[in-house]
Amino acid sequence: MRDERPLSHVSRPVLALLAAGLALQIALHAAAPQPRAKAPDLMPPPATPLLRLAGLGEPIALAKILMLQLQAFDYRSGSKIPYKDLDYARVEAWLARILELDPGGQYPLLAASRLYAEVPDEARQRSMLDFVYRQYLLDPNRRWPWLAHATFLTKHRLKDMGLALKYASALQKYTTAKDVPAWAKTMEIFIREDLNELETARVMIGGLLASGRITDRGELKFLDGRLREIEERLKQGAGKKKR
Amino acid sequence: MLRHILPIARYTLLEARRNRLLMLALILVAAGLAFTQFLQQVAITESNQIQAALLAALLRVGAVFMLAAFVVTSMVREFNDKVMELILSRPLRRSSYFLGKLAGYAAVALALALISSLPLALFAPAARVALWGLSLACELLLVTAFALFCVLSLTQVMSALAAVAGFYLLSRSIGALQIMAANPLSDTLSLGQQLVNSVIDAIAFLLPGLDRMTQTGWLIYAAPTAAEIVQLLAQTAAYALLLCGAALFDLQRKNF
Repeated sequence: MRDERPLSHVSRPVLALLAAGLALQIALHAAAPQPRAKAPDLMPPPATPLLRLAGLGEPIALAKILMLQLQAFDYRSGSKIPYKDLDYARVEAWLARILELDPGGQYPLLAASRLYAEVPDEARQRSMLDFVYRQYLLDPNRRWPWLAHATFLTKHRLKDMGLALKYASALQKYTTAKDVPAWAKTMEIFIREDLNELETARVMIGGLLASGRITDRGELKFLDGRLREIEERLKQGAGKKKR
Repeated sequence: MLRHILPIARYTLLEARRNRLLMLALILVAAGLAFTQFLQQVAITESNQIQAALLAALLRVGAVFMLAAFVVTSMVREFNDKVMELILSRPLRRSSYFLGKLAGYAAVALALALISSLPLALFAPAARVALWGLSLACELLLVTAFALFCVLSLTQVMSALAAVAGFYLLSRSIGALQIMAANPLSDTLSLGQQLVNSVIDAIAFLLPGLDRMTQTGWLIYAAPTAAEIVQLLAQTAAYALLLCGAALFDLQRKNF
């Protein structure tokens, strides 16, 4: 217990001062607008060396906090057009800086492919998907899930089969880790099939089966079935795709 | 009352001079200028802005740290040397002693704000630097009052300095914390999340908005608006009143 005098020793003017100060502080705070990260407030990011300097030797911690800060910009829960006022070039620059600070972090690419690329604005979608593609190329074995998602979005939302093929080809070509599931690496085959490039698809499935990289029985059976189906279609003169 | 306050304030200023606090501030300015000169050499563009921004940030944090350390150590020395008890044994109100100390430290804060602002005029328009300096003076005044309140309550260097550091960091980041808390990516909030958000909002009510004060953007992009300046002054006045009330409340209950 602290050695204190009773409350009665506190003079009235001091009590009044304390009460007035508290009331004023609460009133001022209540009158001030609630802090919100508005889109125009998003400034261009500083250079990576400066951010490293600001991180005081903790670039990963800085990257995490920057990511949490970035995602709050212009987000309105339930908004029909999320991020509509956001400058995507700046968002991209921030995401790139955050990845430079913490190359092992997956959050920026998750945000790019699942938040910023899923807006109802094709130009923005394309720019964000391209960002995911460029970042994937820097570390394919770790960042493949985001390009796989980008391929899915390109094919089904943008309906740009050429671009989807470019992404899927990159997935097939550059992802070399053994723990990558076969579905990610075989996306190119199915897109080629959709594009009626049956001969290429046939060669690719054949090559994949012959390489011995597919070991799962179910996957082997599935690919074998697709190979037969493509060969059948080729025999029939590369006609319509069977359902 | 003023005849008691002024000598205490004068001796506090004298102590700051003998502690070479202002000399230390000048050394910090010189080091900051040298550092930004180095950065100017490596910058390709916006070198003036880089210099202004980094020098401003460095001097702001440096001034806050020096002032808080000075207030806390000076007051703890007065406790340990029983100077405070000696002064209060005289026919003098405790509030006069407190206001005298506060006035002395506030004068030191003003001097530090002036020393920190002047070199920025090399890189930014003088009018903007003046407003930035005014804001820094307000910020330092609040840090002074909070440090005085902490040291009167805690009477220990480490605990008082830690409390001031925590207060300063939290006040500077509470806006960002509120923004992050208010923007969950899911539409439904769990009970825990709602509780955390309420706690953050409650803390924000009791802290001054230091994140809106002394912004570097005022130096390099645009001067603060009149409304921002009014808000800054009102915030300083309200929070200084609150801290004075709290410190006097504690001092009047203290048994020596």
